[in-house]
Amino acid sequence: MIALKNVSKTFHGAARDVHAVLGVSLTIEAGEIFGIIGRSGAGKSTLVRLINLLTTPDAGEVIVDGRDLTRLDAQELRAARREIGMIFQHFNLMSSRTVFGNVALPLELIGRPREKIRAEVEKLLALVGLSTEADRYPQQLSGGQKQRVGIARALASKPKVLLSDEATSALDPETTRSILDLLRRINHELGLTIVLITHQMRVVKQICDRIAVMDAGRVVESGKVLDVFRAPRSEVTRSMIGEVISGELPETVLRRVRRRIEKRNGDEHPDHLLRLIFVGDDVDRPLLSEAVKRFGIDFNILHGQIDEVQGQGFASLTLLANGSQEALDGAIGLLRRHDVTVEEIDHVL
Amino acid sequence: MSSEMFALFFDSFLETLLMVGLSGLIGAVLGIPLGVVLNVTEAHGILPHPRFNRAVGLTVNAVRSTPFIILMVAVIPFTRLVAGSSIGTTAAIVPLTIAAAPFVARLVESALREVDAGLIEAAQAMGATDAQIIGKVLLPEAFPGIVAGLTITLVSLVGYSAMAGAVGGGGLGDLGIRYGYQRFLPEVMAAVVLILIAFVQLVQSLGDRLVLRVSHRGQSAQTAP
Repeated sequence: MIALKNVSKTFHGAARDVHAVLGVSLTIEAGEIFGIIGRSGAGKSTLVRLINLLTTPDAGEVIVDGRDLTRLDAQELRAARREIGMIFQHFNLMSSRTVFGNVALPLELIGRPREKIRAEVEKLLALVGLSTEADRYPQQLSGGQKQRVGIARALASKPKVLLSDEATSALDPETTRSILDLLRRINHELGLTIVLITHQMRVVKQICDRIAVMDAGRVVESGKVLDVFRAPRSEVTRSMIGEVISGELPETVLRRVRRRIEKRNGDEHPDHLLRLIFVGDDVDRPLLSEAVKRFGIDFNILHGQIDEVQGQGFASLTLLANGSQEALDGAIGLLRRHDVTVEEIDHVL
Repeated sequence: MSSEMFALFFDSFLETLLMVGLSGLIGAVLGIPLGVVLNVTEAHGILPHPRFNRAVGLTVNAVRSTPFIILMVAVIPFTRLVAGSSIGTTAAIVPLTIAAAPFVARLVESALREVDAGLIEAAQAMGATDAQIIGKVLLPEAFPGIVAGLTITLVSLVGYSAMAGAVGGGGLGDLGIRYGYQRFLPEVMAAVVLILIAFVQLVQSLGDRLVLRVSHRGQSAQTAP
């Protein structure tokens, strides 16, 4: 549905040039929810504006629904933009228009007759659950309601793609969840492709199918959310995942482990620090006790957390393993055969 | 107060009303589009033309920084061309309008600047044309600020019109100078001043009320004190 080919954008500032986006290539499939995540200043807001050409790229191609938007003239571009809805962090609703008027605006712009507008706006307001608020002004609404108006407005022109620029960043966790549920629902019901920009891993964790992680204008890694969570490759990704699923051991635990290892220095078998990640059905299987029974090794659980990513169980477990090298290899082999990610992290000690 | 005196006050008040009302109206008709032009041609506007913007801005500033009494005299040839005479109420409307238009333009420009850039971005993302952005987004969103600006303009015009009166434009200012000052009738002068104060109060509070009515923000856009 969307293909970015080697797009770049530099802003020429008075003091220095800012390379906001540097040679990014991405493909986003029709019907998926694609997350672009990064710290602030990573270039993700610029990247999302390159998709509807609110920002013109210095180089590269922006292909949406088979057309390179950078080659369109002004009128064709305006028509193409109607196929791409957009919602914003600060909602960007008109304070001079009611809820109804805000949702009607895109339809007025294309000269839709008044009765048709009324029917369509009512349908949209029902979809986002705001039928009773049609005559109120945005200032009288809560943040979550404002974003629902934004979503209804973005859907008015029946777009194929919805761009979401930090749409939940100004909302509390509860409201964030309900807005994300709504996005997921319209993704299902309308088959809408959603590109979601965020700095919050918990947003990605809840609704994205695939993600790209941005850092300093580049995409540092991308893939299915579960795969990225299971085996993050870059430091940024690791630390951002750490915010929702803590992989790092608390300092007190580390100190205890160090003391224990010092005390047992000279033992036949040294301790090994392992980090295991279980995904999906494996979470329910007694794999650890199976490993203990079959290979006769000791596990000492130091830290663990179970969460849900993309509707699947996701557990991370840090433990200290002790046994002969042979037993240890056997146990790790068993776990890996059952799709558990096993990582030796002795280096953190 | 004698009935002649009352008639004199009434006529003078009507003349002031005519001068302020007409110059305010024509000033708004010229000034609002000028303010839009100033806003959209800015470097960060939707139709950036920095050099054109600077040229228009300089002209507007030149008119605004000329003291009204000098402006009035300087445009006499033009006034004579338009009004057929350089003396009288109709003639006074010409320099008053010339003073009002750039004043309105700057106030409109700053009201438009208050419109959140995010709204313009949202409209562009919807595929709005530049004309639609101006007509459907910028002007409606800035409307309370524009009303507040027009109120300030009318109040300033009341002061200017009194000055125009001094050089034969008629109106309450003229009445005050001729009777209150030149004929030593301090009670006439006091009455003129009181009527002007009451009139300005009325214009200001009507303007404020209108701003409140058209503004749907939590807090109203304030006009200058």
